[in-house]
Amino acid sequence: MERTEAELIAAVLKGDAASFEPLIEKYSPRVFATARRYARRESEIDDIAQEVWLKAYQKLGSFRGEAPFEHWLMRLAVRTCYDFLRSHQRNREAAFSDLSEAEDDWLERFVQQPGASPEDAEAAQQLVQRLLLNLSPAARLVITLLEIEDRSVKEISQLTGWSAPLVKVRAFRARAEMRKILAKVAKEKYL
Amino acid sequence: MKLVDLERKLIAVARANPPGDSVPPSFERRMMALILKGPVQDLWAGWAKALWFAAAPCVAVMLLCSGWAMVESARHPQPSSVDLAQQLDNTLLAAVDQNAE
Repeated sequence: MERTEAELIAAVLKGDAASFEPLIEKYSPRVFATARRYARRESEIDDIAQEVWLKAYQKLGSFRGEAPFEHWLMRLAVRTCYDFLRSHQRNREAAFSDLSEAEDDWLERFVQQPGASPEDAEAAQQLVQRLLLNLSPAARLVITLLEIEDRSVKEISQLTGWSAPLVKVRAFRARAEMRKILAKVAKEKYL
Repeated sequence: MKLVDLERKLIAVARANPPGDSVPPSFERRMMALILKGPVQDLWAGWAKALWFAAAPCVAVMLLCSGWAMVESARHPQPSSVDLAQQLDNTLLAAVDQNAE
């Protein structure tokens, strides 16, 4: 008979480390999807996922069982991703000056006909990545959670551990930061 | 080019293309091996941590000794002719004085 999550967690806490494996198996897709939002390379994604699971194992004693395990794990994953962004912020890629031909074409098409430029184009996705890479860690986190994942301020507050007013302030600053970067692109390319 | 439109478009692009949730093969097994191996001991980090922990008791001992010395000197005032510098000189040069005698 398959054991429930609560039983697996209780077993791990009693010293049966092997009971942790079904939890890794079940929730790794969510952890990897979260890591892919913030990492640039597959090797970094792997590192983040490993870090999340190691922390989860070490801190399992602090899981109270009041909320689902998945929520607790996602909080841990988001905070680990934020730590990762902060520790790698010196490696933030520089500018939009070295856009590929495809990215240039996509932007050109957007300028001429904003509605016609396709959203699923590889070039558009690369532009999004470039934009996110140029944001500060806090701005990237809040833009990802608020604008891209469409989460509420309350949810972001729970995920990040920031207060609701702090989330609002950071969201305001993040949007300003994003517009500043886009203004720079527009200036470099079209002025 | 309208920046607000570009911003909206790029956000829409990001929303339309969520990241994949694929997991590398045998990740669970690798992870379990890491967990069962236990945390890697970083001796330098441990040493630095121990130094930080030791700093607070050292400061506390220093403060206690200073307080004790102040209280003692207030309770038993030294004759004005024998000051601390003189005492220190005498102590440091005691060996030299003995050799000279």
